[in-house]
Amino acid sequence: MTGLSTLAKTSDRAFPFAAELMGIVSIAALGVLGFLLFPDDLAFLTRLIGITLLVLSLDLVTGYCGVATLGHAALFGVSAYAVGNACIGGIREPILLLGVGIVAGTITGAISGALITRFRGLPQLVLSIAIGQLVAALANKLSSVTGGSDGLSGITPDPVLGLFRFDMYSRTAFVFSLVVLAVVFVLLLRFVRSPFGLLCRGIRDDDLRAQMIGAMVYPRLVIMYAVSGAVAGVGGALNAMTAGVVGLDSVSFERSAEVLVMLVLGGAGNLWGALFGSVVFQIFEHIVSATNPFHWMTLVGLLLIAIVLFAPRGLSHGVAVLWSKIFRRGGRA
Amino acid sequence: MQTILSIGLDGISYGMVLFIISIGLSIMMGLMRVVNLAHGAFAMIGGYLASYAMRDLGAGYALAIVVAVIGTIIISIPLEILLYRRIYRKSDALTQLLLTIGITFVIIGLANFIFGPTLKAIPLPNALSGPLDIGFRMIPTHRVFVIVCGVITALALWLLIDKTEFGIRLRASVDNSDMADSLGIRTEWIYAATFALAVGLGAFGGVVGAELLPIEPFYALRYMVTFLVVVSVGGAGSIAGALAASLLLGLADTTGKYLAPEYGEFFFYLAVIVIAFLFPRGLFGRAH
Repeated sequence: MTGLSTLAKTSDRAFPFAAELMGIVSIAALGVLGFLLFPDDLAFLTRLIGITLLVLSLDLVTGYCGVATLGHAALFGVSAYAVGNACIGGIREPILLLGVGIVAGTITGAISGALITRFRGLPQLVLSIAIGQLVAALANKLSSVTGGSDGLSGITPDPVLGLFRFDMYSRTAFVFSLVVLAVVFVLLLRFVRSPFGLLCRGIRDDDLRAQMIGAMVYPRLVIMYAVSGAVAGVGGALNAMTAGVVGLDSVSFERSAEVLVMLVLGGAGNLWGALFGSVVFQIFEHIVSATNPFHWMTLVGLLLIAIVLFAPRGLSHGVAVLWSKIFRRGGRA
Repeated sequence: MQTILSIGLDGISYGMVLFIISIGLSIMMGLMRVVNLAHGAFAMIGGYLASYAMRDLGAGYALAIVVAVIGTIIISIPLEILLYRRIYRKSDALTQLLLTIGITFVIIGLANFIFGPTLKAIPLPNALSGPLDIGFRMIPTHRVFVIVCGVITALALWLLIDKTEFGIRLRASVDNSDMADSLGIRTEWIYAATFALAVGLGAFGGVVGAELLPIEPFYALRYMVTFLVVVSVGGAGSIAGALAASLLLGLADTTGKYLAPEYGEFFFYLAVIVIAFLFPRGLFGRAH
């Protein structure tokens, strides 16, 4: 994993907020496109945005820190349950609920990060799985808090800013989620280029060397995990608020595996890749799995094998290479 | 007292099933350093083949086991040549995870397509299906059979790895693959043979353990994590470690399910986290 995102670097010098602006414009464009393609299925697009935030969150630890984890859904699910309970308990203001999700996600992220990043390699992977499964087993057991296998339902937040109600066509939910995604994405674009984000990349590439130049590796990884938890928390909060129900699937192993697939499909270590992979995968899934879920599994499996063999750095890297080739050719001609 | 005996018997037989299936994965991870998440899928293929051989071809139980083991190895050969060979010893964990998850998904999809989504039974012969009188109480014969199978597997593997020419070559390749290569050991043949051994053991475990881990398309996904955890707790490549980890986790899981069934796999994974912290390289693992 040595995929440095050099895409935004050069344009950055020419225009101060180019990357941020590009982030907002692309997400707005994706939103409009989604609205045009699936006008009757905004609920699906809203769910897609929640999962996209989880993929971005996974990119922070897997792509930028090199921590392989198969238990990331735990952060998402714990926040979703926390937000659901807060909402049922009387906190109905959507922005406040987002805050609840962020706090819950950060705490879960810090705890699991403190456990998982202690090790490298196989123990790390197994610990991440164990923590994910532990949370899933607890979610099933503590049915008074989580609703067990029936799911936690009856989550009805107030109108956004007191003006926009959550309607049954999910229009408000969709726009609200899209705005939140844009804000988070822009903040993350800044964050990964901060000295802290760059140091995390250094740790990923060579943690011994990072230690030698005086970086405290373990605390930084834990902080990164907490940040990642906050992002996953936003996704979980959006999911709970817009769907109105939180089920056991939000903490399941399948969810963790799926977001890892999306991330690597797009290209780990690159926020654009995470965004791209998540959107492409879920739209594809939405169309294919409607016909036959088992054919869907075979297809995803073949897709994964193809990625490992032909595009090991993700689709976004392949597209970037292609882009630069075409661009250079055009310049010469 | 009755409960303790039942827990002990069920726990040990469950642990033995885990051992038979996971030991293949453990040897593979010790030698080739491949985190093979598709190992459970091979066990599942074994189960399907045995079920097919018995119910549609009218084979006996022993013959069905042989068919399952050989059939699964044959199915796995093209996968080894085309895919696994690329990721031996060198790729990073993420590549291995994705490739083997991909293989698992394909196998699940195809298994469902060919055999359908229902549970597949592997009927036990009369000699194994009844209870066995051991003097002071009756116990299911199948449990005893599984335990005996596990013990025989462990002994046979120990003999193979510690006492034979192949075992010497295998251990040399584990310790220093490049040096073994330079000394004239055909490491690619050792890898291929080990892969076949691992897959065969997986298939054997899948058939023998079908009573405890029922065969259905999502078998590969459901127990994928369990097998990986056993290997990690035991330490990759160690027979004694895998045996200890299987029995320990089998007992922990069975005890948890007997005494507090509503917690599901909570105690299993709690035990995993505690052991991972105390022994990050596994109970009997060595530094790589």
